[in-house]
Amino acid sequence: MSTSIPADPTPKFAEYADGARLVSTDWVAEHAGDPGLVIVESDEDVLLYETGHIPGAVKVDWHTELNDSVTRDYVDGEGFAALMSAKGISREDTIVVYGDKSNWWAAYALWVFTLFGHEDVRLMDGGRSKWEGEGREMTTEKPQPQPTEYPVIDRDDSVIRAFLPDVRDSLGDLSLIDVRSPEEYSGERTHMPAYPEEGALRGGHIPGAKSMPWGKAANEDGTFKSAAELRALYTDEAGLGQSDEVIAYCRIGERSSHTWFVLKHLLGYSDVRNYDGSWTEWGNVVGVPIVTGSAPGEVPGR
Amino acid sequence: MAETDNAPKTDDLPNALAEIVTDFAETPADDRLQLLLELATDLPDLPEKYADHPELLEPVPECQSPIFLVTEVDGAEVGDRSIVHLHFSAPPEAPTTRGFAGILHEGLDGATAEVILGIPADLPLRLSMSEIVSPLRLRGMSGMLSRIQRQVSERIGKITAE
Repeated sequence: MSTSIPADPTPKFAEYADGARLVSTDWVAEHAGDPGLVIVESDEDVLLYETGHIPGAVKVDWHTELNDSVTRDYVDGEGFAALMSAKGISREDTIVVYGDKSNWWAAYALWVFTLFGHEDVRLMDGGRSKWEGEGREMTTEKPQPQPTEYPVIDRDDSVIRAFLPDVRDSLGDLSLIDVRSPEEYSGERTHMPAYPEEGALRGGHIPGAKSMPWGKAANEDGTFKSAAELRALYTDEAGLGQSDEVIAYCRIGERSSHTWFVLKHLLGYSDVRNYDGSWTEWGNVVGVPIVTGSAPGEVPGR
Repeated sequence: MAETDNAPKTDDLPNALAEIVTDFAETPADDRLQLLLELATDLPDLPEKYADHPELLEPVPECQSPIFLVTEVDGAEVGDRSIVHLHFSAPPEAPTTRGFAGILHEGLDGATAEVILGIPADLPLRLSMSEIVSPLRLRGMSGMLSRIQRQVSERIGKITAE
């Protein structure tokens, strides 16, 4: 990355493939307010930012700001440029995203920003709860950013995003990783434990997909596990090995953004895509195969 | 602000709830989250008897964040005319869910069973929040309302719990 904002020299990060994608809470405390650095909070709960946030941080909401409800897709280039301008973000700025639930939604925002090729987007390791738990300063004062001239950049869906035909046509040829809970994977349920039912007609997983619930990548305090621990989980246990191509999915593509970040930036897999249609799409489409039970299962002949 | 054609319907709601609906409609969109936050902050703590006995509370899985609720009915023998009290438990890190609970508490606590059972199911859609909060999140509030109504029906003997 080529911006003037320095990387965080924390030794843990140096072990990752691209450790410059992470910064610590210490680093944020030290650099907040630096010109060229914008801190973004992105949470599951739309009201959490309003209860208090890192001083100077702006909010980006996944439901109301990153999605286009009419097209059932992400915003387009013009929509993204308008959003970035409203948040006071310039194309060459470094963005640090943090959020609730082990940075689950922060990773989703980072992934969407990456669809638009924003170069330098990082996560704050441990997210909101770590910052809060350390007793660091929080404020309810909202910044009033100056609009920027963010360019209109077409969203590039070809590199880090997968669609249903990509998955269907390559079953058995690439590594699929299912990051939902074991109960969703086996088909016992179609939604997360203690979460709302979100309308999939069938329970189970995509044939051949390996199970690795997303939350295993995080420690109790929401920080990412070490590079060695992550390799043990994904490369060995989930059997990704040296896979050239990996596609991650979950239910609507948000949990798998977290895993996408781990595989792409922390472990350095070269071709990782997020299938954001995920189970709400695959589970409902006529004529696509599924497997139930706790084993990956056989890929049906085509 | 002048009444407009877009003003949400309130004539079938009890006064306290109608006031909240009108408040949201008359608050500029940018400030509505602030209003929701105030309602979240004002949600009373769970009475101690429930805090010590979480098994008496019913979970609301339609919400994104864990919330539990329980209804109490004063004078169930008078049926529709009995007075209903609502109690909620939701963590501070789930302010949206707390805000929804706060709306229901402020709007419905102390109302009669008849009034509560008559609250229309589209209440969440009248709160002028679909765009700032999203319909998916608002489903959590529908889940709370339908569970409150079911509990009240059971308690006054209108339907039998399984």
